[in-house]
Amino acid sequence: MAPENKLDKSKMVVVEGSYAVAHAVKTCRPNVISAYPITPQTHIVEDLSQFMADGEIPNCEYINVESEFSALSALVGSSAAGARCYSATTSQGLELMHEVLFNISGMRLPVVMTIANRAVSAPISIWNDHQDAISQRDTGWIQLYAENTQEISDMTAQAYKISEDKDILMPAMTCMDGFILSHVYEPVVLLEQDLTDEFLPKYEPENVLDPKNPLSFGAFADPNYYTEFRYLQEQAMQKALKKIEDVANEFYDVYGRYYGGLIDEYRTDDADIIIMAMGSIVGTIKDVIDKLRNRNVKVGVLKVRSFRPFPVEAIKNVVKDAKVVVVLDKNISLGLNEGALFTETKSSLYNTDVRVPVVGYMIGHGGRDIKIDTIEKIIDEATEVMKTGIKIESQFTDVKEELI
Amino acid sequence: MKSLLAPGHRGCAGCCDAMAAKFTLMGAGEDCIVINPTGCLEVMTTPFPETAWDVPWVHSLFENAAAVGAGVEAALKALGKKGNTKVVVMGGDGATLDIGMRSISGAFERGHDFTYVCIDNEAYMNTGVQRSGATPYNASTTTSPSGKVSFGNPRPKKNMPAIMVAHGSPYVATTSLAYPKDMIKKVQKATEIEGPSYIHCHAPCTTGWGFDTSKTVEVARMAVQTGLWPLYEVENGDITKVRKLGKSIKPVEDYLKMQRRFSHLFKMEGGEEEIAKIQAIADKNIEVYGL
Repeated sequence: MAPENKLDKSKMVVVEGSYAVAHAVKTCRPNVISAYPITPQTHIVEDLSQFMADGEIPNCEYINVESEFSALSALVGSSAAGARCYSATTSQGLELMHEVLFNISGMRLPVVMTIANRAVSAPISIWNDHQDAISQRDTGWIQLYAENTQEISDMTAQAYKISEDKDILMPAMTCMDGFILSHVYEPVVLLEQDLTDEFLPKYEPENVLDPKNPLSFGAFADPNYYTEFRYLQEQAMQKALKKIEDVANEFYDVYGRYYGGLIDEYRTDDADIIIMAMGSIVGTIKDVIDKLRNRNVKVGVLKVRSFRPFPVEAIKNVVKDAKVVVVLDKNISLGLNEGALFTETKSSLYNTDVRVPVVGYMIGHGGRDIKIDTIEKIIDEATEVMKTGIKIESQFTDVKEELI
Repeated sequence: MKSLLAPGHRGCAGCCDAMAAKFTLMGAGEDCIVINPTGCLEVMTTPFPETAWDVPWVHSLFENAAAVGAGVEAALKALGKKGNTKVVVMGGDGATLDIGMRSISGAFERGHDFTYVCIDNEAYMNTGVQRSGATPYNASTTTSPSGKVSFGNPRPKKNMPAIMVAHGSPYVATTSLAYPKDMIKKVQKATEIEGPSYIHCHAPCTTGWGFDTSKTVEVARMAVQTGLWPLYEVENGDITKVRKLGKSIKPVEDYLKMQRRFSHLFKMEGGEEEIAKIQAIADKNIEVYGL
């Protein structure tokens, strides 16, 4: 049973999502921030720059780099030198970082980075979908997705605690939908410095670049050694499955707020239809569910917070008694005609005794609005699947035929 | 002086990188952190689980060493650990002049307190002698080979020290393996000056250039004596010191004939004219730097 959220309304302030994140970063006491501006991440780094200009982040250096590639590269050096590190980016910037993402993860440097998720070019688009982060799936970064601005703010402190754990030491991306969350003004409780200090221990890495104890970082591994590095990274990811849950509970103990660990559920207990999704779309889905529940449609939503590590067991447990699972993806693997969450959910259920039909919809690409009508239509179609079986396994949603 | 680069690394006999790294460490001293982009030096010194480095050392990628260095410097400052610790990047010519150019430019423009040492052996040696932006005019490499209609690399080498001077670096110097005392002194000076300093070391590669493993220093010296590799210092934009050659200036032919990569110039029709063009490059250096 999930703990009940104790949101203290007297502490709420109306701020932009980006500000809530920047403020959360500040309370985590980073030592080095390194970032390059890109829409819609800019407000986060602007707010952090202002904090720096006002002397509000002690013992911290902000590096205004010349590219996203260098933004993350600088943090290789900073993290190896023992600093708690932060960056933020999106879309093209994240794709430019691709090589460094692997490098940071392979070197087991617990860097935390916010992604204001955005579509990738071409065609160039500044609007939201998840293609940018999903395309970095295999780089060895923990990937967490937030539903609203309060969650992305709180997730920042959680990410440091997860990543910096000595059993984990894997970098983490906290993902917020670009514009939808980064630019929205909502009431939130900003992370309090004293509570964050209580929740998040000081970063004290065991191995750092230090002339008094010279160590070599980033040696090359021949075929006798390479495999074990990958194996240990995967072991750490598997340990992170539990750590993410633990940290969500520890966060609740200190701040009184809870959003689920690896996943969260809403009205899934008796649900015939379970919708799976990540990010801000979950809020819309919950509204639709409330409406349809009044009409006795037994539908619930499974929110995936952790895309990496992928919560196979947690998902299986929730969907095992459902009659149909519907997966919504703001991304596509071109050539497979499937979104990643759909593919991986199917894969998680294969070779198990869970026998439930799973259908997928690719939705909201390049920032296309996801309407309540569309979600209702998808649920209607899911009701049909329950009766007649799967007709179309995976499909695009809201394609404008007149443009094709 | 304690050697901070241990023997037993996998460098070739007569390896220029090993020499340049040793001289750099002699200049920088023990209290330093080394950043090393991908290349021969990185590969030959750190096959896991071994390391030849007696100073803290980090390798990340090929094109980002200056950014990593900037990050190390920023972290030391933030953590109150900078003190006198020197942050020193040692990268090859490919990592410096070509693929890492953006990263170096950004780090120098931002003014980080670190020293970048380019160990220039004038081609991508780690991958098998492909041309780089530092490959000199008419050198034959595996991707700029001489042939029936080619004299080799069609372009002169990029003037990287001038580019770093243009960044407003407080200290830029050229060095050569043939003049170790000069190099050690310059590295020491570079690391003591606050801000981003740049050392460009000319480093002949026995396998890539095609000369006997005993001749690394001789080839390096000849590059200086012909005027093809002038040794100078630039402080805050002004040339403050030049190593004068006086009457000992040698014709470039003496340098070219020591190396397999230029051997085609002595066999091909029209080779003489091409050698004359290389002589013109040296003559220009002699004039510009008053060698």
